[in-house]
Amino acid sequence: MTVGLNEYILLSAILFAIGFFGVLIRKNTLVIYMCLELMLVASTVALVAFSHFNRTMDGNVFVFFILTVAAAEVAVGLAIIVALFRRRQTIQVEELNALKN
Amino acid sequence: MSDLFFYLFAALTAGSALAVVFTKNTVAAALSLLVSLVGVAAIFVLLDAFLLAALMVFVYAGAVVALFLFIVMLLDTQGGDRKPFKKATIVASAFSFAILVLGLLSFAQRGAQAEIVHETAGPVVPIGASLRAYGEQLFTTYLLPVQIVGFLLLIAMLGVIVLSKKFEGLEDIK
Repeated sequence: MTVGLNEYILLSAILFAIGFFGVLIRKNTLVIYMCLELMLVASTVALVAFSHFNRTMDGNVFVFFILTVAAAEVAVGLAIIVALFRRRQTIQVEELNALKN
Repeated sequence: MSDLFFYLFAALTAGSALAVVFTKNTVAAALSLLVSLVGVAAIFVLLDAFLLAALMVFVYAGAVVALFLFIVMLLDTQGGDRKPFKKATIVASAFSFAILVLGLLSFAQRGAQAEIVHETAGPVVPIGASLRAYGEQLFTTYLLPVQIVGFLLLIAMLGVIVLSKKFEGLEDIK
């Protein structure tokens, strides 16, 4: 079996980097939020891989909590986006510049 | 065989993650996110974490992506012309992306020699496969975090209700 911990960590790193790039380059708040979720999922891949190769349970339980927190976070974040859209009629980040100047 | 599946699902996950970043359509981005999350669930199955794979499909692919699609439908932000990116934005994004990738790759390389020790040690039985192991951990070592997470979910629910409610007599800032 050639696929070891390194390949899984590499996959996790690639996913995290893609999500990070998306957060930087995209202007739609919803897509930025999706990319944040992608980064969170990338970290869970690393945790599960560590847990599997170290024969401990802790990483899996951490991922359990991460899933719960992510669900709560998505609900609150999307409610904020909806409230924002109701107030400003846009979710493009370059138009949300009320704090500029 | 397992290796083949790993590379297959890794390519699926990374490819659809790229699609999330680069597609113009928000609905297509949400569906690419769905494919990516299912790929991650498959990776979890390869790592013997069957419960987490099922939870991943339920919570993320089920609830989260459905919520995203619902909000996209609600907000209807597809139309309208977009300003093109500034040069500085693209350069800065690509630069920080490159720095992050280099840093993560150096970490991955540094971990390469330390890994072999753990591979052969330990029992052969898959550790994350049994529901009993989760129960024992969640109700002994992680009992306080379980309760805190429950409280967090309650607070999140209240927060969402307050955020989505329309308050009368609140003047617009704009």
